[in-house]
Amino acid sequence: MSTDSPILDVRDLSLHFGGVRALSNVSFSVKPGELFAIIGPNGAGKTSMMNCISGRYTPTQGQVIFKGQDVTPLPPNKRTEVGMGRTFQNLALFGHMSVLDNIMVGRHHLLKNNFLSGGLYWLGGAQKEELSHRRQVEDIIDFLEISPIRKATAGTLSYGLRKRVELARAVALKPDLILLDEPMAGMNQEEKEDMTRYIVDLNEEWGMTVVMIEHDMGVVMDVSERVMVLDFGQKIAEGLPDEIMSNPYVKKAYLGEDDEEDGGAVNAGPGQEVA
Amino acid sequence: MATLSMRPCGDFRTTYRQDTKIFDTRNSRGAMVIFLAALYALVILPQVVPALADAPIIGWFADGYFLSLGIQFCYYGIAALGLNILVGFTGQISLGHAAFFGVGAFSSAWLNTTFGIPVLLCIPLAGGMAAVVGLIFGAPAARIKGLYLAIATLAAQFIIEDLFIRMEWFTGGSSGSLADTVTLFGFAFDNDQRYFLLTLSFAIIMYVLAANLMRSRDGRAFVAVRDHYLSAEVMGINLTKYRVMSFGIAAFYAGIGGALYGHYLMFVSAEAFTILLSIQFLGMIIIGGLGSVMGAMLGTIFMVMLPEFMAGGVSILQNTEWGNQPFIINGLAFFREMAIGAAIILFLIFEPDGLAHRWKLIKAYWKLYPFSH
Repeated sequence: MSTDSPILDVRDLSLHFGGVRALSNVSFSVKPGELFAIIGPNGAGKTSMMNCISGRYTPTQGQVIFKGQDVTPLPPNKRTEVGMGRTFQNLALFGHMSVLDNIMVGRHHLLKNNFLSGGLYWLGGAQKEELSHRRQVEDIIDFLEISPIRKATAGTLSYGLRKRVELARAVALKPDLILLDEPMAGMNQEEKEDMTRYIVDLNEEWGMTVVMIEHDMGVVMDVSERVMVLDFGQKIAEGLPDEIMSNPYVKKAYLGEDDEEDGGAVNAGPGQEVA
Repeated sequence: MATLSMRPCGDFRTTYRQDTKIFDTRNSRGAMVIFLAALYALVILPQVVPALADAPIIGWFADGYFLSLGIQFCYYGIAALGLNILVGFTGQISLGHAAFFGVGAFSSAWLNTTFGIPVLLCIPLAGGMAAVVGLIFGAPAARIKGLYLAIATLAAQFIIEDLFIRMEWFTGGSSGSLADTVTLFGFAFDNDQRYFLLTLSFAIIMYVLAANLMRSRDGRAFVAVRDHYLSAEVMGINLTKYRVMSFGIAAFYAGIGGALYGHYLMFVSAEAFTILLSIQFLGMIIIGGLGSVMGAMLGTIFMVMLPEFMAGGVSILQNTEWGNQPFIINGLAFFREMAIGAAIILFLIFEPDGLAHRWKLIKAYWKLYPFSH
């Protein structure tokens, strides 16, 4: 695979629920190492798109090509093995587990021990394996600065921390492509800044390709390399952040039709929340 | 297990190995080892030195009544632990656990009498046969959850119960089947003292296996499936596999428990494995604490002791002036069932996390005594 061939290639994807067309003929591709953002008004089909990529939904039509392989028929649990990881829009942590165990679940597909060798623990090498993965999980914990809460029960944490633990869990999958569904939703400014830093670091230092859905235009326009805009299940624009900002269709989708003669007052500038 | 716990001041962990121990502190681990060693010693001593059999504490362990309770703790405790893996850890539901317990009891007796396999080997094999049956009847768990699964397992309970009566070649039908006692290299575990040592050893092994399971990959996967199955799937966990597998493991534990039960009573009859026993197993894990390995044993002890205390209470009443009241004399059996029901309800209301949680609170209290806050 040459460096230019896309790591993720979504081809002509449609998703229908009965008469509802959640997605219609959307195509886009993401290059390795890219930080790609999907934006759009509520109900535009962003999360549906993410669910199609991660396998929660089977698209009505179209294909998802990941690293040159058609992953469309692959069940979600098999997609971790090919190198996909994701977080959820609404928190989806394992509430009664400790933060550490939550992140260790992310190592599931990398661990070899099973109910037999796990039960024997000391005899079958399970302990050694667990401890070596624990070491790597601790690196992730350090990176995301959650070491003080590693033994806390996940369900008792604050919203911002839970989001961070969820990111840690997805990073523990060792994915090549990480799908982030609104990583900044419901966070305060400081938490958003931290989260943005983690995402940029993941992209630049850990070498992960990032596809993220986000409503915070400031973040999206600052950090993403390319942006795709969805509206009513259709792709209305794709390009560099600056191109998207000046795209008239995007303005229309976000802000409605201009009734006034001059639409100068309406301008989704960076740093402005448009959701 | 990796949970926040009360540790003595200055007890720092410096390796990941220390951080993944089953027992949080060296003291709790030491206390458990000493307790178990003492149990073995107290049972073995009067065997070796008959003069000690009448000594105060040792005497209890020479007494068949206490030993028979201990044996019940062990074999019911093993089965309850299996159900806790299924219900407490994986979040499934089973109303057919007694049936798997029965499969274990009959299988072990059948393997021994038909093929002449040594009983000690029959017990794990019976666990395996129960696991196969568990996997078959657990298959609906791949598709259904909650109440519907409860009904499916209820069906399993009745189907298996019916088969116990009909499959005469396997179970001896309504007349039941005889189970030989356990012998190891010519040493027969033919009295309560010896049999207690055997069941205790089995219980220790099964509990250690479960504790290990819960701190390794598949144990975490079970809890992940329980807590949030959608994200568990995205984390690479095959939901169908783990849901069905947990039935298999639960039935394996039930099978081991059942086999030990059969060889203890030396006679296995289908009447023992009714829905009532299934509900008692559920009661054990609810009272002990769902999702706790130790809780399964605490709940079992509670559940086995409850009717004993009821019987004790009734016998005290019988010596009083109401002793000749017919409702006391005839009501003993009903008191027992009512007490089980009342215990489950009271625990659900006042201590939904069970005895295991209560035990933690007690430990935390004494840790900080007299400064409880």
